[in-house]
Amino acid sequence: MASVKLDKLNKVFGHDRIITDVDLDIGSGEFVVFVGPSGCGKSTLLRLIAGLESITDGELRIGEQVVNDLPPRERGVGMVFQSYALYPHMTVYENMAFGLKLAKTANETIEERVMATARILQLEELLHRKPKELSGGQRQRVAMGRAMAREPRILLFDEPLSNLDASLRVQMRNEIARLHQRLGSTVIYVTHDQVEAMTLADKIVVLNAGQVEQVGTPQELYQRPLTRFVAGFIGSPTMNFLPAEMVAGTAEGCHVRASGIGELALPQEPGRHDTGDALTLGVRPEHLSLAPASGDNSFEIVNVEYLGNEVYVYLEPKDGDTLLIHRSEAPSRWQTGERVALVPDPEHVHLFDGRGRALAVASAHAVA
Amino acid sequence: MTAREFKKLTLRLGFWLLIVLVLIYAIFPFYYAVITSLKPSSELFTVNFWLDSLDFSNYVAIFSQGSFVRAIFNSILVSFSVVAIALLLGITASYALGRVRFRGRTTVMLVILGVSMFPQVAVLSGLFEVIRGLGLYNNPAGLILSYTIFTLPFTVWVLTTFMKQLPQELEEAAIMDGATPWVTITRVFLPLMWPAMATTGLLAFIAAWNEFLFALTFTLSDSQRTVPVAIALISGGSQHELPWGPIMAASVTVTVPLVVLVMIFQKRIVSGLTAGAVKG
Ligand SMILES: Nc1ncnc2c1ncn2[C@@H]1O[C@H](COP(=O)(O)OP(=O)(O)O)[C@@H](O)[C@H]1O
Ligand SMILES: [Mg+2]
Repeated sequence: MASVKLDKLNKVFGHDRIITDVDLDIGSGEFVVFVGPSGCGKSTLLRLIAGLESITDGELRIGEQVVNDLPPRERGVGMVFQSYALYPHMTVYENMAFGLKLAKTANETIEERVMATARILQLEELLHRKPKELSGGQRQRVAMGRAMAREPRILLFDEPLSNLDASLRVQMRNEIARLHQRLGSTVIYVTHDQVEAMTLADKIVVLNAGQVEQVGTPQELYQRPLTRFVAGFIGSPTMNFLPAEMVAGTAEGCHVRASGIGELALPQEPGRHDTGDALTLGVRPEHLSLAPASGDNSFEIVNVEYLGNEVYVYLEPKDGDTLLIHRSEAPSRWQTGERVALVPDPEHVHLFDGRGRALAVASAHAVA
Repeated sequence: MTAREFKKLTLRLGFWLLIVLVLIYAIFPFYYAVITSLKPSSELFTVNFWLDSLDFSNYVAIFSQGSFVRAIFNSILVSFSVVAIALLLGITASYALGRVRFRGRTTVMLVILGVSMFPQVAVLSGLFEVIRGLGLYNNPAGLILSYTIFTLPFTVWVLTTFMKQLPQELEEAAIMDGATPWVTITRVFLPLMWPAMATTGLLAFIAAWNEFLFALTFTLSDSQRTVPVAIALISGGSQHELPWGPIMAASVTVTVPLVVLVMIFQKRIVSGLTAGAVKG
């Protein structure tokens, strides 16, 4: 168990800077999830920490030690790969014992550790099987066991569940969460699936194009996204965005006019924004309510999706071609073809400026 | 019988006829060699496709010659050494060429392929000088060296192709487990490369076992010769007699191990040669 500190970490492949100035503090025992769209550099960042890629610039510390130039085996990290990468010709036991053997651990210690790990992961019955005789979930557990058997200070996961089917993924997600609670090890976990990130993480790091967009608890990211990118990435179904315009700003908040909805009084500080500045209004599907259409505020319901416990209503504004989503508990009285007005909950509306940065909420209104 | 059934029948008949033709073409010479080797020399020139009686005198004759037994021993020594050296160098080279990214990798691969296209005669005299210079003339080591030179390009090429297909993450898993490149090669990759090694090893073995030109040029005395040369130099009682019986017996003797080897490794060879075709 150890802390990890990234200081202005950079990685360049050829002429492409894939990771740019990443600063990050990971506490001992924390479960940190790197999340972001495909190709944003999550795996690269993880591999920099693992030692599988060399660091172009910056400093990486594990515990108190600078590990930039240490090979992977001396960093005390264990890694679970997306494809599991189990040694096909070795049994489950041999797979887990391989690293210990290479570290010249005494035979009794090897057996002790492998058995203990196998017990935790419920692999005792499978120790003499080869990987090809295992199911996907079992292979996943062996891959974790192999990474854990050497008792690393940090466990790294690179999209470990993406090869499993949906139901198994939920189950394994649960097992990983419980495992972490039980062992208390430091975990860095990479995924492109925001649900996985939200459910597992103590701390989420949202990456975009090799840069950190925001670091925070799942709650912080959901309630106070700092950028439009994070707002759109976290939460499902995704946040609705509407073009808006600043009407007036005061110390307590600002008035904006959102296209199709009309004027709203919001708790955000106007900052340096003047009347007439273009903004983007963001509101989550669950923070919208619907009312009978009135005047200009009129949207057409183009589809209603019934999911059992909840209902998604898809709405189209008069002019634009953006599709908005409203989410409410079932049953819903709305039907396809109806025209309705959108009423956002001002406490839960987000405002983003032209560069995608969120306007801060005035302190008097800060919501929990 | 309808026209359709008739057509089907003739097609099937034609198919089997073709197979029989191919089989006769491929196997008959060997069959005739076996038969000839089992006939006494007095019957040699009466054409007979069947054996009336077994006569092992030809085999007794060649095995009672010390030089033939010695030649078999030399052939075994040379062929196994070539296979061992070629596989060792091939595996290590293919790791570098298949797994390590470095500038000029493609060039190296192309040079290797180019080298393998030289005909033997083209390098014969040059190689002769090299072997003499190294003091390996009339020594099996000279043959081992020259066969390895000719076998390596193919070995490296095939093993590299195979090595490239092993998943990247497997190697990285080994690195995370603390494996050095040598440990990764020997304990992770090698066990997965048996099909490719069986294929290339066997082809190298066959090439070394059958090679004639170098073996003739680079050896002088009976005690250093390999089997193909020894067979060619089997002589009869007089200048005008070619001792077909013993020659056939010797040929059969040295062909059988090859056939057995191929049969043992047959499955692996096929999977090795087609490994690149479909992703396992
Ligand atoms: N070894 C490499 N050489 C060159 N480019 C690479 C290499 N590894 C990754 N990249 C590039 O870095 C970017 C980020 O890749 P990656 O970290 O795998 O993304 P993610 O895991 O977030 O999907 C991609 O554009 C990829 O093409
Ligand atoms: Mg990735």
